[in-house]
Amino acid sequence: QHTLEGNRDHTAVIHICLSIYLDRYFQTLYSSLTVVVLVHLSSDVDVIDCSVPQYNNRLDTPLPDVPFVRNLSSEQKKLKEKEKGSWTQLTKEEKLALYRLTHELSYAEMRQGSKEWMTVLGGVFIFLGFTGLLVWWQRVYVYGDVPHTLSQESVAQQTQRMIDMRVNPVHGFSNKWDYEKKQWK
Amino acid sequence: MKSTMSLVKPAMRGLLAKRLRFHLPIAFGLALVAAVAFKFTVTEPRKQAYADFYKHYDSMKEFSAMREAGVFESVRPTGK
Repeated sequence: QHTLEGNRDHTAVIHICLSIYLDRYFQTLYSSLTVVVLVHLSSDVDVIDCSVPQYNNRLDTPLPDVPFVRNLSSEQKKLKEKEKGSWTQLTKEEKLALYRLTHELSYAEMRQGSKEWMTVLGGVFIFLGFTGLLVWWQRVYVYGDVPHTLSQESVAQQTQRMIDMRVNPVHGFSNKWDYEKKQWK
Repeated sequence: MKSTMSLVKPAMRGLLAKRLRFHLPIAFGLALVAAVAFKFTVTEPRKQAYADFYKHYDSMKEFSAMREAGVFESVRPTGK
């Protein structure tokens, strides 16, 4: 299904900048709604009955429990009859058609992956960006004043006191101060 | 269709031992190298720095300087 959407949609999401805010709950709601809509639109999709064996595309099961196409047309039935004979009589196209009857995706198609990671990354960045805006608003409108000890003058006084106390004289702070010339080395 | 040449039987046993025989000496060697490197890049210079600092350290002079700066509470600067 997702091959139909096309890779262009995945790349498009990355270019959306901060215009959509999808909370995690809304996102799952949205995807479940789209599934509901898809099921509604296509009436020839079987309702999945999990009590009977199902077809699956998995790298570790080369021969799934059931073939992909269950309801064969008359041509396909003829092909199946021909398959019962000698396989050397089958043309290349017929062999491929038989393969596609029993399997939906080949191994190469199963492995190929998609550009979904771009969508995921784009979503993550959108989330992060919006959160950054929220945090900024919070810093401006919610947080109170910063302590006075962080003012320039107070920091200068603290630094002077640290130098007077000889903080870390071997390797660290006071090591960098020249006590004769009274300046940083 | 049995050919006259058959495949070599793959190794069925001792796979972990073989891997350890190769990788353990390397692991021990690297660990040793890391320890020696740390000793000569960090601990030896640090010890030397401390030795140099205290070689010509006059504690009374430092104390007087600190006292004059006013950081002590038990002794105030001279002159007050």
